[in-house]
Amino acid sequence: MESPVQPQPNPLTIPSYTDLPFYRKQVRIALRNCGIINPERIEEYIERGGYLALAKAVTEMTPDEVIGVMKDSKLRGRGGAGFVTGIKWEFARRSPAKPKYVICNADEGDPGAFMDRSILEGDPHSVIEGMAIAAYAIGSEEGYIYCRAEYPLAIAHLKIAIQQAREFGFLGKNIFGTNFSFDLYIKEGAGAFVCGEETALMASIEGRRGEPRPRPPFPAVSGLWNKPSNVNNVKSYAMTPQIILNGAEWFASIGTESSPGTAIFALTGKINHTGLIEVPMGTTLREIIYDIGGGIPGGKQFKAVQTGGPLGGCLPAEALDTPVDFDSLVQAGATMGSGGMIVVDEDTCMVEFAKYFLTFASAESCGKCVPCRIGGRRLLEVLTRIGNGEGKPEDLDEIEYISRNMKEASLCALGQLTPGPVMASLRFFRSEYEAHIYDKKCPAKVCRGLITYKVIEENCTGCMVCKRNCPAGAISGEKRQVHYIDPNICERCGICIEVCKFDAIMIE
Amino acid sequence: MVATSPITTQTDNPLQDGRKRAMLLAALYIAQEQFGWLSEEAIQRVAERLNLTVGQVKSTASFYTMFKLQPQGKYRIQVCEGLSCYLVGGAEPIINYIAEKLGIQPGETTPDGKFTLEVVQCLAACGTAPAVKVNDELYENMTFSAIDQLLERLQQEN
Ligand SMILES: Cc1cc2nc3c(=O)[nH]c(=O)nc-3n(C[C@H](O)[C@H](O)[C@H](O)COP(=O)(O)O)c2cc1C
Ligand code: FES
Repeated sequence: MESPVQPQPNPLTIPSYTDLPFYRKQVRIALRNCGIINPERIEEYIERGGYLALAKAVTEMTPDEVIGVMKDSKLRGRGGAGFVTGIKWEFARRSPAKPKYVICNADEGDPGAFMDRSILEGDPHSVIEGMAIAAYAIGSEEGYIYCRAEYPLAIAHLKIAIQQAREFGFLGKNIFGTNFSFDLYIKEGAGAFVCGEETALMASIEGRRGEPRPRPPFPAVSGLWNKPSNVNNVKSYAMTPQIILNGAEWFASIGTESSPGTAIFALTGKINHTGLIEVPMGTTLREIIYDIGGGIPGGKQFKAVQTGGPLGGCLPAEALDTPVDFDSLVQAGATMGSGGMIVVDEDTCMVEFAKYFLTFASAESCGKCVPCRIGGRRLLEVLTRIGNGEGKPEDLDEIEYISRNMKEASLCALGQLTPGPVMASLRFFRSEYEAHIYDKKCPAKVCRGLITYKVIEENCTGCMVCKRNCPAGAISGEKRQVHYIDPNICERCGICIEVCKFDAIMIE
Repeated sequence: MVATSPITTQTDNPLQDGRKRAMLLAALYIAQEQFGWLSEEAIQRVAERLNLTVGQVKSTASFYTMFKLQPQGKYRIQVCEGLSCYLVGGAEPIINYIAEKLGIQPGETTPDGKFTLEVVQCLAACGTAPAVKVNDELYENMTFSAIDQLLERLQQEN
């Protein structure tokens, strides 16, 4: 990989960035230009080989040859489900109806995920070029990028990039002097997670409520305005030009047999180096979390890693040697998702953690189908009960029962996958659930219904600061006397810990 | 606002009608910016422009969290309940604390029209969580005492 800022070998002390542990294990395909080129200048993209793949595709290859290369590369869509991109393109190409549309899913809504955003902000032309190649392959003249409204900088950079691509003749009529024409428009979302689902996304582009509809018909047959449409994720398009330029064999040689290429993750949570990483598929979770991410800060114990966002699942320490690829993650009990990777340590309560994702996903239910709308709410009630210390032994069966129903009967993947994080945490951290239910204890000391705040008598100086600040009036004690927190009045808000200068309050 | 598909005025072609409707989200953003929220009047105007019924426009607008069908307070307090804020113990305690202080629930506006409390997703300040945004101003590393000061200051401003 050539970089314009060639890392100069430095005999003294400063290592090149490629030698830093954070970068050493990475292979950058989709992120190859991010942070290296100025995304507002098309010239810099072109200098790094930009639009050569489009030129090659439209002037030297037939659409079927392009699809052939994509199929041989075995690129699997990076939006979550991992469907083979070349096959999807072939479906769209074979659909007889016209016109056809190429759509980029840039609705990235998972908490803790920002891969697509970084590509759109840092290298928008790679996505535009990938979409143009897809358009040529399936026979489309019009494309849409559906971008979430929370990404104003991505939208701004895309607008500039589209304008420049038009000026350079990479978009518009008769591209490279051929009879292939293609142009591209941006559509801004309006804050609905479910619009990331492809059928909901197309409804939203049409200016309607972003409610999913059952598939089939698949978008390749009947999509936007009931015409054949091809929907891919930002990363899938961004990888496309490299595959066309370097060939299917090159791409298939990276990663694993069934999941070739690279995986892109946003590493967040309790980890030393957070940020975006791109590694060959098959890299283990341990390598990512410890070698690249630098492990857990503050000498704390690793507890779990969540992949696949609010529709994915968590894996325990025993699973750290799982290779990261579409199939191994599912086998282990999580999912690839679109690439959020959240690490939590011993201070996180897994019941509460599962409840976080459940709250998120169930709030995003569009309400159209009953299992998703009601099931999510019921599950949340059960988890809330457990967290409050009011859990009953039969609650664990109840969780499994509701989850199974949601999985089988929901209309779209949102409802089907919403119970995922709860199921995974129950599977791997059942003892934590049982501690809440039987012992009325939260092992991580998080759940408010199960903890008490106590004054550590040796540390308390009787300064009265906590007493003055307690909004519930739960603290009593005279000046220079050890104070007392009444557990029946205490609301467990944590203000006393925050204001105490003597570390004299603890949670039990 | 964002470049959208080419607009036409033709309406006898279903595809063209579809394209007009496809302008709806963009039109609602523009109306909301002008009116501050999507009042009956704003919705009416959007509907007329795009040849849609008021019901169609309302039903669509109500689906998306970014469209406000109620008047908004002068200060829109947005508390992040994103993952990083949650992991540092932000979100819920902060929301409850502000809700109690202002006497309103998330989504509501104080009777004097001064504050609206909202719960939002990641504000892109994960490194300095928990985060709160008031209108376009971001406040990071929030604590209860920082909220006290913030609300006090906003109360005094006119
Ligand atoms: C609730 C829900 C949310 C989704 N969100 C996204 C998203 O933010 N980005 C994305 O690319 N795919 C998302 N998907 C997957 C899309 O439906 C679709 O499979 C994907 O865009 C196809 O692109 P790919 O083949 O390149 O992976 C979501 C699916 C569901 C069910
Ligand atoms: S999660 Fe709150 S700022 Fe990102």
